[in-house]
Amino acid sequence: MKNAVGRDIPDFLLRDGREVYQGKNYMDGKYLQKASPRTRRYEKPQESKIVESLAEAMRQCGAKSGMTFSFHHHLRDGDYVVNMVMKAAIEELGLEELTIAASSLGNAHDPIADYIEQGKVVGIQTSGIRGRMGEVVSAGKLKTPAIIRSHGGRPRAIERGEVHIDIAFIAAPTSDCVGNCRGIGGKSNCGSMGYAMTDAKYADHVVVVTDCLVDFPNMPASVEAIDVDAVVVVDSIGNPKKIASAAARISQNPRDLMMAEDVAKVIAATPYFKEGFSFQTGVGGPSLAANLFLEKYMDERNIKMGWAIGGICGPMVELLKKGKVGKVIDVQDFDLDAVNSINQTPNHFEMSASQYANPANKGAFVNKLDFVVLAALEIDTGFNVNVLTGSDGVLRGAPGGHPDTAAGAKCCIIVTPLIRGRMATVCEHVVTVTTPGDCVDVLVTDYGIAVNPLRPDLIRCLDEAGIKHVPIEELKEKAYSLVGRPDDLQWEDKVVAVLEARDGTILDVVRKIKPYTLEED
Amino acid sequence: MEIKKPAIAGTLESSDAQVAVEPADSGIELYLESSVMNQYGRQIKATVLETLERLGVENARVTVVDKGALDCTIKARVECAVFRSCDASAANVPWGGAVR
Repeated sequence: MKNAVGRDIPDFLLRDGREVYQGKNYMDGKYLQKASPRTRRYEKPQESKIVESLAEAMRQCGAKSGMTFSFHHHLRDGDYVVNMVMKAAIEELGLEELTIAASSLGNAHDPIADYIEQGKVVGIQTSGIRGRMGEVVSAGKLKTPAIIRSHGGRPRAIERGEVHIDIAFIAAPTSDCVGNCRGIGGKSNCGSMGYAMTDAKYADHVVVVTDCLVDFPNMPASVEAIDVDAVVVVDSIGNPKKIASAAARISQNPRDLMMAEDVAKVIAATPYFKEGFSFQTGVGGPSLAANLFLEKYMDERNIKMGWAIGGICGPMVELLKKGKVGKVIDVQDFDLDAVNSINQTPNHFEMSASQYANPANKGAFVNKLDFVVLAALEIDTGFNVNVLTGSDGVLRGAPGGHPDTAAGAKCCIIVTPLIRGRMATVCEHVVTVTTPGDCVDVLVTDYGIAVNPLRPDLIRCLDEAGIKHVPIEELKEKAYSLVGRPDDLQWEDKVVAVLEARDGTILDVVRKIKPYTLEED
Repeated sequence: MEIKKPAIAGTLESSDAQVAVEPADSGIELYLESSVMNQYGRQIKATVLETLERLGVENARVTVVDKGALDCTIKARVECAVFRSCDASAANVPWGGAVR
């Protein structure tokens, strides 16, 4: 069945009331029944919840084959916890048929690819999937199709019980002996622990894994002891060098800076750019650099930013310290400046993934956003964006908060070079739709700006400000004139991943790629 | 032109292609690897064969490792590898003469 972005969704996925994507705000006003976990009572006072090993903690939580384990990705590419837990579960306890439900997975988790090939891990639910895991899943080796969700779609699915977490593993930079966790104060700090919060509330069992035990009570706690069954102390939960980079640097690449300047120009031309406006930006080259140029316009008009959200890095903390933004609300930190600022700098707060982006709660932060500036691997002439699959059709990305912020913001700006190497970023049809075109408003490239025809109001704004823009088809043709028109990818029938829209409908599927031959069909 | 000895041109940097040519007895043997194989493999093959034909190369073993190069780059790398194999790359190089 074709959905609202023209993707054909196979019928076998449309069971149990599952629907295809119908367009933005389709679920608005509907009711949902929240799921509740089955949790153990600890009525008798406990001196400590520390257990000797991961295996012991899992035994205590009744770990068995067929269970779903959850993880959060604040330790990013420095994470040791996913591999450590899965190794203990599979190699020490001999568990099988396991499902991993993570807020994201990355190159750090290559060893999980082996467990997929051995059939020990049979399900993956995540935002990001990359590296070897992306390759084996794309090759059809995972027993069930992977489920890809946005950062807002994940807490929605957890709260609704679409994914039921048997044991949540919390990678905690610090914890006390009963499981009050924080993202700071230890040796592997990550700052915000926003993605772990819903897991801890909705999992049957919660195991805290830490490498820095601190005195009780560890306050203010990101994950609270009232939800924690066991605490395991390990040598190291991650590689600090890969958890947070020293400082996210603003790009010096003139092409990035030119595009960033255009982004700021577009923002300043809209009616939303006024005292107290709200803003989120990605940490990619041109998106991050937009901060710099935006500050100039803010000074010129003598206005301040009301608040900013997102994955946070140094340049935003800098604006907060200079008093140019009122509040920063933070679900994840990308560099040490941000890690060291959360809950320390006045008005730098932590939030949960649900509070950040969940479309099914009563008002997430993204719904109040004026602007979001985002990158793209590909964007097509329907303004649909792909941030998941490479040009070869292999899983190597993550929707993250892209679809959530795009849907919530009054003005969503995509900034990307027109071509990358030989790949046309602006193309006829994206490989996979991860953010539907009805949520994307403006495209800024190094060869020109295009505005979504769904937004005649923004077209008028740009015209009045004298900002040149062209139909997106022109940008696509320009790209193809430089790199040539690509052949269509050839797919097999087998679905290797299901791409859920943030509201839980099906936006797209990723199929197994057919081996390529140099001969014409 | 006749491929007299093995020669190589280009790098493995992103957006470049490395082209190696070696003598062969009969016809063109092409080995192609590309980072954009699924979308441009056939176009790259066609570009390489066309360039060899214009250079009058009839017998060669050609290895192309492409890192997402544009067509103009691929043509230039093929041309250069062929000139080098014929010792025609030291002076008065007829750049682009045969590949226009």
